[in-house]
Amino acid sequence: MVAYTVRRLILMVALLFALTAAVFFLFTLLPGDPARLTCAKACSPAIIEANRHRLGYDQPVLVQYGQFLGGIFFGRTFSSDSPQPIVCNAPCLGYSYTRHQQVLTLILNAAPVTFWLAVGAFLVWISISIVLGIFAALNHGHWPDRLVMGISLVGYSMPSFFIGLILIFFVVLRWNWLPFPSYVSPFDNPLRFLQTMILPWIVLAFLNTAFYMRLTRNQVLETFHEDYVRTARAKGLPERTVVVKHALRAGLTPLVTAAGMDLAALLGGAVITESIFSLPGIGSLAVNSVLQSDLPLITGITLFSSTLIIFANLVVDLLYAFLDPRVTIA
Amino acid sequence: MTGSSMAVEPPLLSVKNLSVAFPTEDGLVRAVDGVSFSVEKGKTLAIVGESGSGKSVTAQAIMGIIDRKAAKMTGEIWLDGQELVGLPAGELQSLRGSQVAMIFQDPMSSLHPFYRVGDQITEAISAHRSIGAKAARAEAMEMLRRVGIPAVERRIDDYPHQLSGGMRQRVMIAMALINKPALLIADEPTTALDVTVQAQILDLIASLQGEFQITVIMITHDLGIVADVADDVAVMYGGRIVEVAPTGTLYHEPEMPYTLGLLSSVPRMDRDVSTRLEPIPGNPPSPIRLPPGCVFAPRCKYADRVPDGACMTTRPELLQAAPDHLVRCHIPSEERREIAQGVLRVLTGGAA
Repeated sequence: MVAYTVRRLILMVALLFALTAAVFFLFTLLPGDPARLTCAKACSPAIIEANRHRLGYDQPVLVQYGQFLGGIFFGRTFSSDSPQPIVCNAPCLGYSYTRHQQVLTLILNAAPVTFWLAVGAFLVWISISIVLGIFAALNHGHWPDRLVMGISLVGYSMPSFFIGLILIFFVVLRWNWLPFPSYVSPFDNPLRFLQTMILPWIVLAFLNTAFYMRLTRNQVLETFHEDYVRTARAKGLPERTVVVKHALRAGLTPLVTAAGMDLAALLGGAVITESIFSLPGIGSLAVNSVLQSDLPLITGITLFSSTLIIFANLVVDLLYAFLDPRVTIA
Repeated sequence: MTGSSMAVEPPLLSVKNLSVAFPTEDGLVRAVDGVSFSVEKGKTLAIVGESGSGKSVTAQAIMGIIDRKAAKMTGEIWLDGQELVGLPAGELQSLRGSQVAMIFQDPMSSLHPFYRVGDQITEAISAHRSIGAKAARAEAMEMLRRVGIPAVERRIDDYPHQLSGGMRQRVMIAMALINKPALLIADEPTTALDVTVQAQILDLIASLQGEFQITVIMITHDLGIVADVADDVAVMYGGRIVEVAPTGTLYHEPEMPYTLGLLSSVPRMDRDVSTRLEPIPGNPPSPIRLPPGCVFAPRCKYADRVPDGACMTTRPELLQAAPDHLVRCHIPSEERREIAQGVLRVLTGGAA
């Protein structure tokens, strides 16, 4: 188990290297001159060239990549020959010249917003979909099943920006039930935090709830027909034990994999939901960095999000081996 | 079955006119239609038939594990003086595993993959008796030893996937017998196992049957194993019993053409090598649209021997051919025996 984990971690690092390289080189191929973006209206050819040199964009791409990697491990200093050098300590993911802040700082400021958004939505969608999915499976073929599946289909078909806008329009603007979303930390103002987050949670959970309801129902229905469930019944176990301990235990385990990966993906930024509710999370940051061709920020966010996903992959695999004795990891 | 007619005790299990039907979108599936039989205490009844003949559904009806919401069940099942068809679900549940136990075809899928085999057995104990965890574990260990699991101290904490197929079926048997049931239903217990293991498992069931005084219903499609284990045989076809007889009688004096067909399609050591295995032509009938006459008539070689085509229009009754021998066939008894002896002579190359 330990050896397996160590091996997976090494693989993870290798994968991240490959990923940084891919992202870095891909973005250098994009049209547009990063040096041009540093001075906006003040640009003159001389300033652009000076900035190009100051930011290191005049170096070969490989050298730039080397500097980027070096920054992650040892830190680096930007504009070292200017009177005000910018010191970026390790792990340095770069420096955003459009925002004049370190990339890591930007990400760390945005991460809590996305964290609360993702975790809250996760709790909403997992609890609702498991309860309703099991309820549907237990009433297979009857009206509760059809109702739940109908809701699921509707949920599936509605894009989240549509639900988000509808909710904002009615709940916030028309009926004034909630103040307009504006993010505050739950530690500063818990009430305001909840008022802001409840709608994003619903919107973000919506699509996943539809999907997971269906998944739960199908999984549970499938295990009801398993031979070992029949055996449990033949042993004379109470129906509740048959359903919970034998059918659900086996039927819900595969959900762990799917849910873990989906949660990780959300932690890497929920672009649409964050944009609709103007939440300053990773998703919004990513969109803005792309719009501004902020190469260092794009690279940093990509690295951050993919680290989360790769790491979640490992956690989910370990967890699955723990839950299902047939899965051995070695 | 009616075994020895000297029996004073009533039979342990007596099934009377049992029918099980499942309403589906395509129509009513009559899986079991008017089945009656009985088994005396300590005996073994084999129920033989092709897939879809209704033998497994009959077994599940006796176990009380048929979903009553999905199926219509009529008739009577008497187990040790208690009627099961009309019994409330709660009382059926307390009988399952304590009075009637069952082992299944595929021990891999019948054991829960997530739980240790020892825990699965102790779970069966505590479902019916208040017993401490330690005592239950000791009992499980003893039973595992009895069914021939080696190194029980280690194996008891194994997961099913860590055991071989034969071992898994032994675990299933241990789990079924842990509460000393009166009746054991074995639903194709050897079909999923290697041939070498099959005999071991059958021997094990037979020896435990003697030791614990268990009555056994052996469900199988394999006439080859029936001869070794069963006292009586009931042959099922199309959801009904078509012939019942003591095992020796069924092998040597079969009367129903379907039984003849089954016997002809079993490889036998005493078979003349020059005769080929003869499959029964055609397919089993759809349980939704059963033939109006004898359910076997469309595949029966001898149906045209009955005048007026009665085989195609009239359902035959299960009638007595000899004291212990019931046959469902329109062909007159004399003629049936002639046909049967002719077929058996060909099978054994004239030796019979």
